[in-house]
Amino acid sequence: MSNKNTEKIIEWLLRLSALVTVLTTIGIIWVLLSESVSFFQEVSIIEFLTDTQWTPLYKDKHFGIMPLVSGTLLTTFIAVSVALPLGLVIAIYLSEYAPKKFRKTVKPLLEILAAVPTVVYGFFALMVVTPFLQTIIPNLSGFNALSAGIVMGIMIIPFVTSFSEDALQAVPKSLKHGAFALGSTRLQTSFRVMVPAASSGIVVSVILAFSRAIGETMIVAIAAGQQPRLTANPLVPIETITTYIVQVSLGDVPHGSLEYKTIFAAGMTLFVFTFILNNISFWIRKKFREKYD
Amino acid sequence: MTNSRKNRLKDKGFEYLGVACSLFGLVVLAIFIGDILADGLSRIDWDFLKSLPSRKPEKAGIFTAWTGSLWILVFTTIIAFPLAVSAGIYLEEYGGNGRWSSLLEVNISNLAGVPSIIYGLLGLEIFVRIFKMGNSVLAGAFALALLILPIIIVATREAIRTVPPSIRAASYALGATKWQTIWNQVLPASMGGIFTGVILAISRAVGETAPLIIVGALAYVPFAPSSPMDEFTVMPIQIFNWVSRPQHGFTVNAAAAIIILLLITFVMNGIAVYLRNKWQKKINW
Repeated sequence: MSNKNTEKIIEWLLRLSALVTVLTTIGIIWVLLSESVSFFQEVSIIEFLTDTQWTPLYKDKHFGIMPLVSGTLLTTFIAVSVALPLGLVIAIYLSEYAPKKFRKTVKPLLEILAAVPTVVYGFFALMVVTPFLQTIIPNLSGFNALSAGIVMGIMIIPFVTSFSEDALQAVPKSLKHGAFALGSTRLQTSFRVMVPAASSGIVVSVILAFSRAIGETMIVAIAAGQQPRLTANPLVPIETITTYIVQVSLGDVPHGSLEYKTIFAAGMTLFVFTFILNNISFWIRKKFREKYD
Repeated sequence: MTNSRKNRLKDKGFEYLGVACSLFGLVVLAIFIGDILADGLSRIDWDFLKSLPSRKPEKAGIFTAWTGSLWILVFTTIIAFPLAVSAGIYLEEYGGNGRWSSLLEVNISNLAGVPSIIYGLLGLEIFVRIFKMGNSVLAGAFALALLILPIIIVATREAIRTVPPSIRAASYALGATKWQTIWNQVLPASMGGIFTGVILAISRAVGETAPLIIVGALAYVPFAPSSPMDEFTVMPIQIFNWVSRPQHGFTVNAAAAIIILLLITFVMNGIAVYLRNKWQKKINW
C-alpha cells in the first residue's frame, strides 16, 4: 500500500520538475511584458518603432529601436553569409565525399568551435581580426560590424554543418543510389538530388543560425562598438540590442528608472525576433519529420 | 573535352573545396590559439592565480574570478542537475503522447533557443529583485541553471531512450514497480549519457558572460566570495573587463586568463567525449 503512495508522490515530484520549464517560459514572458508595458506608458510605441535615434542614456533622449535593430541585423547577416556557404559545403563534403576516418576526426574538432566561450571570440575579433582587416581596408574603424560578424560566422559554422549534415543523412539512400545508377557524379547527386531532398532541414539550419546570431552578445559587445547608428555600413562602430543591454547593466542604473525599463523593451524586441525564428524552424522540422518517417 | 570529363573535373574540384572549407575553421582556431598562447602564456604563474584584482596590470590576478566561477559552477549544478534529470525522466517515462507532453516538448525546444542574455533579464527581475537575493552567487546560479535546463533535459531523454524495453519488461516481470524499474535499471544504464550532457551543460555555463553581467556580477570584486549570498565575478567577466581597457598590460592579462578558461572548457569537453565513447561501447544490449 505504502509502495503505491511512494510511486504517486514520486510521479508528482517529477511532474513538478517538468513544470519548472513551463514556469521559466511564463517567467520570461511576464518579466519582459510587465517592464515593457511600463516602458510604453512613458514612451509611445510609435516613437519606439519609427524614431531613428536611440539615446536613452543622454540628455536629449530618443527611444527609436531601429538603430539597434539595424546593428543587430547587420552583424547577423555578415555572420550568416560567412557561416552558410562554409557550413553547407562542409556538410555536403562530410556527408557525401569524405572518407570515414576524415569525418570522424574533423567533426569533433569542428564542434570545438561551438564550445569556445563567446567572450574569447570577442577578444579574437578585436585583437586579431580587426587589425588584420585594417591592413586590407585602411579606413576600417577599431570597432566595426564586419570583424564581429565574421568571427560570429566562424562560431556558428558547426551549427549549420551539424543540422545540414543530419538532414542529408536522413535522405533515403535509394535516392542517392538511383542518381549514381543514372551515371551522375557525386557533385551532381549532391546538388540535384540530396540538397533538394534535404532542403527543409537545411532551411532549418539557416534559421537557427540567424536566431543564434541575433542573440549573440559578447562578440558584438567587445568588437562591434557601442554607438547606435542606423546604417548598413559594416566598417563603422554600431550597437546591437544585446550590446545595449550589457552596456546599461555595467553601469549603475536604479531599478524603476526609464533607463532600467529600456533594457526590458530591448530584450522584448530581441525575444520576439528569436521566438518567431525558432517557431518557424520547429514547424518546418515537424513537417519534415512526417515526410520521411 | 567531353561532357563526362568536365563533370568529373568539377566533381574533383568540389572535393578539394570541401577539404579546404573543413580545414578553414580548424586553421582559424589554430591561429587563434597560437596567438593567445604567444600573448598570454608567459604571464601565467602562481601569483597570477593567487592575486586579487588590481589597477596595475602586472599585479592583477584572477583569484576572485576563478573562485567565483567555481562557486557559480557548484551552485548551478546543484540546482540544475536534479531538476533537469527529473524533468527528463518525467517526459520520457510518464509523459505519454498527450497534449500536455507535446506542449512541454515545444516549450523546451523554445527555451533552448532563447538567447542567454534574456535569462539574465529573467534572473535580474525574479531572483535579484523579487526573491531579494541581490547581486549574489545564488542569483547568478539560478539564472544559469534555468539556462542549461533544456540541454540536460534533452541529454537525459536521449540517454533514457537508448535503454531497450526488454530491460523494463524484465524488471516488471520480477515484480518491480515503475519507479523501482527506473531507479534500479533505467537510470544506471543511462547514467553515462546523462553525465555527458551535464558536463557539456556546465562547460557552457562556465563560459557564459552576458546573463551574469545582467544579474549584476561585478567586474571588480575585492575579495573572493565566502558564501552564496556574496557578490562575485567570474572568469569571462574578468576577461571582458580586461579586454575593454586600453593598456597593453591588461590585454596580456586577458590572454592569460583566456588560456586558463579555454583549458577548463577543453578539459570538460574532453571528459564528456571520453564518457560518451566509453558509455557507447559498454551498451551492447
